[in-house]
Amino acid sequence: MTSYEAASGVGAAGAVLANGGVIEARDIVRSFGITPALQGASLRARRGEILAVMGPSGSGKSTLLHCLAGILTPDSGEIWFEGERVDSLTETQRSRLRRDRFGFVFQFGQLVPELTAAENVALPLLLNGVRRAQALAEASAWFDRLDLDGLEQRRSGELSGGQAQRVALARGLVAKPEVLFADEPTGSLDTLTGEHVMTLLTAAARAAGTTVILVTHEARVAAYADREVMVRDGRVTCGADDRSPA
Amino acid sequence: MSVPLTLLGLLEREPSHGYDLKRDYDAYFGRGKPIPFGQVYATLSRLARDGQATAGESEPGAGPDRKRYAITPAGRLAVEAWLMEPVTPEPHLQTVLFAKVVIALMLGRPAADYLDTQRRAHLQRMRELTELKQTGSLVDALLADHGLFHLEADMRWIDTTAARLGPLAQAVQPTSSGRATGGAR
Repeated sequence: MTSYEAASGVGAAGAVLANGGVIEARDIVRSFGITPALQGASLRARRGEILAVMGPSGSGKSTLLHCLAGILTPDSGEIWFEGERVDSLTETQRSRLRRDRFGFVFQFGQLVPELTAAENVALPLLLNGVRRAQALAEASAWFDRLDLDGLEQRRSGELSGGQAQRVALARGLVAKPEVLFADEPTGSLDTLTGEHVMTLLTAAARAAGTTVILVTHEARVAAYADREVMVRDGRVTCGADDRSPA
Repeated sequence: MSVPLTLLGLLEREPSHGYDLKRDYDAYFGRGKPIPFGQVYATLSRLARDGQATAGESEPGAGPDRKRYAITPAGRLAVEAWLMEPVTPEPHLQTVLFAKVVIALMLGRPAADYLDTQRRAHLQRMRELTELKQTGSLVDALLADHGLFHLEADMRWIDTTAARLGPLAQAVQPTSSGRATGGAR
């Protein structure tokens, strides 16, 4: 049993990965039925790095993100986070890891429609046991940071696409995750709104030192990242390691 | 960039000295390549000769030329015509990159690697322009956007080409009769 498992899956950070890496995929294979999605994909992200994972539709980039985030388990290969194996954790442990140390932003904000924007942002804190008043207070600070002042009490149906995505971004960052996973975070937005979201996302992540794994097929979005890797046919074909040339 | 018409356009705002025009030209359009004083004054002289600008009397003071230039009605018409005329779309059908890909495939060399290298170079430039957008003025952002959209178009071509390298290689490699097919889609 690893120290990570011994600490119910969410213990203090273990040994740091080589070369400053905070999260790493090693030779990941993952299929859906008979359809291979990943065929030996490897990559490593440094602490505080914003890493774009690019590739055409169906290349496996989102599957790779889901494996890195512990949402999917690989058929073979290893996922490492802060020196600990993620892929061998139980579902409960991976769930707790995602809740405590990871944040997520998806293409369509996926806000809970019954909750207000403030409650949506506070949700990760509430799930972590933070008292409601404190969670809402911490959430409200993000409305100012992400140009959302005055929208705290609106529900998702009363928000524009860009506003909803910024609320989702706040929700992804409110619990101060070590890694933020963003899967096509501007995919449903027009160019200017998408740029606004990316500017805020990268500024907030850099200010907090959060590592960002950014899946996108858009070069303009990838240009906000520090570095990019390319996924093709289930493999990372260039830039898999941060020692590779940028 | 048409320097005479750009200077004429700046002149349409208000009568100006050559120095003022150079300062504004460099601020908006120079981008690290300031226009030489000599080119400004030579251009203003030609515009005056062609009836598109008039030169006032020399004013006392230091400097190479203390004349204040003003645009004429003919100059305004020239600016108007220039603004109305669409810029010729340039399809860049024979770019160096296109040639490299075709030659690489003809020679059986790793075209995909060359495209990956090019993609990295493009993204690096896009990162620089994105940084400029975030730190510069609105004018800087507009210029950066122009570059970004063009680079993005290149990136789409790179991705599409990378996805078609197999058929493309067949299209450019000689057939048994010794001629390239050109490739039917």
